[in-house]
Amino acid sequence: MALLEVENLSLALALSGMLKPVVDNISFSVDAGDTLGIVGESGCGKSLTALAIMGLIADSPIRITGGAIRFEGRDLASISEAERRALMGDRMAMIFQEPMTSLNPVYRIGDQITESLGQHRKLSKKAARARAADLLRQVRIPDPEGRLDAYPHQLSGGMRQRVMIAMALACDPALLIADEPTTALDVTVQAQILDLLADLQEETGMAVMLISHDLGVIAENCKDVAVMYRGRIVEAASAADLFAAPRHPYTVGLLNSIPDPDADKDDLEAIPGRVPTIDEVIPGCAFHPRCAFAQDICRDVRPGDAIASKEHTALCHFPTGGAE
Amino acid sequence: MFAYTIKRLLTLIPTLFAASVLVFAFIHLIPGDPVAVLLGDTATPEEIAALSAEMGLDEPIYIQYAYWLGNVMQGDLGRSIFFQEPVTRVIADGAETSILLALMTMVWIVVLGVPIGVIAATRHGGWIDQIASGGAMFAASIPTFWLGLYLILIFAVTLGWLPSSGFPSVFDDGGLANLRYLLLPSLTLAAPNSALIIRLVRASMLDVQREDHVRTARAKGLHPAKVALKHVFRNALVAVAAAFGFTFAALISEAVVTETVFSLPGIGRLVVESILRRDYPVIQGVVLVIVCLYLVINLIVDLAYAWLDPRVSLK
Repeated sequence: MALLEVENLSLALALSGMLKPVVDNISFSVDAGDTLGIVGESGCGKSLTALAIMGLIADSPIRITGGAIRFEGRDLASISEAERRALMGDRMAMIFQEPMTSLNPVYRIGDQITESLGQHRKLSKKAARARAADLLRQVRIPDPEGRLDAYPHQLSGGMRQRVMIAMALACDPALLIADEPTTALDVTVQAQILDLLADLQEETGMAVMLISHDLGVIAENCKDVAVMYRGRIVEAASAADLFAAPRHPYTVGLLNSIPDPDADKDDLEAIPGRVPTIDEVIPGCAFHPRCAFAQDICRDVRPGDAIASKEHTALCHFPTGGAE
Repeated sequence: MFAYTIKRLLTLIPTLFAASVLVFAFIHLIPGDPVAVLLGDTATPEEIAALSAEMGLDEPIYIQYAYWLGNVMQGDLGRSIFFQEPVTRVIADGAETSILLALMTMVWIVVLGVPIGVIAATRHGGWIDQIASGGAMFAASIPTFWLGLYLILIFAVTLGWLPSSGFPSVFDDGGLANLRYLLLPSLTLAAPNSALIIRLVRASMLDVQREDHVRTARAKGLHPAKVALKHVFRNALVAVAAAFGFTFAALISEAVVTETVFSLPGIGRLVVESILRRDYPVIQGVVLVIVCLYLVINLIVDLAYAWLDPRVSLK
């Protein structure tokens, strides 16, 4: 049984009485201990999907309009708020894109880490503090005991993201959702944080859902990859397959736009155009206005999942490499 | 924190100096000879000269300021022309009423403003929020004198529950029970100011609710009430603390009206009466005392700031 199963999930934004679809009928699963990468440009719905899984859309205009999220075999829609909260921060945890603002500025690091231990483990203050210091050591923060009394503003961005990771790991979650965990960091720090995540995953055996707009990040860290475009998963495969033989023109475009230091070119290749806003209605394939291979059928007919093998799906009428 | 406190105390010195110059200049803003104005139309030139000499007004202006400042530093604010008593004494007589009134008002503001603001924010958009926000808007719009008169009409005249005016000292017969004389005045003063705090607490909580770290707190699986109080409210307090400084300034001007409506022997009414009596030394003294109080309150607010937000002292 998969640890996390997302089945035909649809999300919509409720704005002035109207429901605007933002995530459309996506399905994927993560097995215990595995790493799933979700990649796509800003605004494609990847973060919203993560927030929906984590249960953080209750006070937002995001609504689940269809499908199911199952975690450890339980349908998350069928359990109570309190049961949901018992999972959050305990069995599933999340780290966010902005380490600079994701920690509460008025509380010490130690207090913020021990908070979920108090919530889910009912540890004594002393035991929680010792555990917090261990966690800081685990995420390789120097002088962990001393750092417990530091305020967030006294730490750098990379250090704060380490603290966020330590906080997320506090109760040994089975699933860690990392939403663009390195986007806001310097490139050198990015690599450190990703290495750290990989090591921690090996140590703890947790599953990781890694969200990024950076295919390079995904390539290095993930076993499976789902590529999202405008609320749909347009291609899903194992990382090896996807990078060896991308099928969807969008994935091909993303791969081509990775800078290659060996290539003898001055210009970066880019995908023309931009991600359409949610107000734009695009008939047919949502990617067709930006697609070099678009033909008449792409403008009129929405591609289904049909053209794909079980292990490698691509939502395209004319997947590169030809139909199987 | 200690260094911050020292730094903040040092900044008081230039402010106090500027305030003293302004307050001193007051008496010279009166058109013509202030002494002639003080003594009225029937004064003889000899009387004017005598009072001028007594008040030191025949000296060059910087000498006058030096004398005056020297006296002020020694706690001598001059003599009241009307009471023929030291100004410090006159102010001290009104201080008990005003201080107790201010304290009771502040208690009302905190007790009413903060919880209602918190509840309105956590029930954002619901009927409790609508009532609280509407009520706050209404309370903020009522003129103080009108509210005071109506409270007297209802609770003193019609129901007879509370006294309508005056305030015997708590050191006289009746002791602390005399505080009931301040109940209606403090509610009158608290109404518009609590409304301000309700709206501010609500608005800053809604602001903080949108911040990333609140999402982090929710992701820990904390109960919504704990998220609201520990994470949202604590951060919202930083903005609210600043408002208490402004609220105090508002209280001073509103106290003038309220003390007059309820005939309270406080500093507010003393100001009004001293203006009518042209008792300039008293006005000068009161203004100086209010300036000092205001600076102290703002110092406390700034220190509270540094205590509430660990980032402040480093900036």
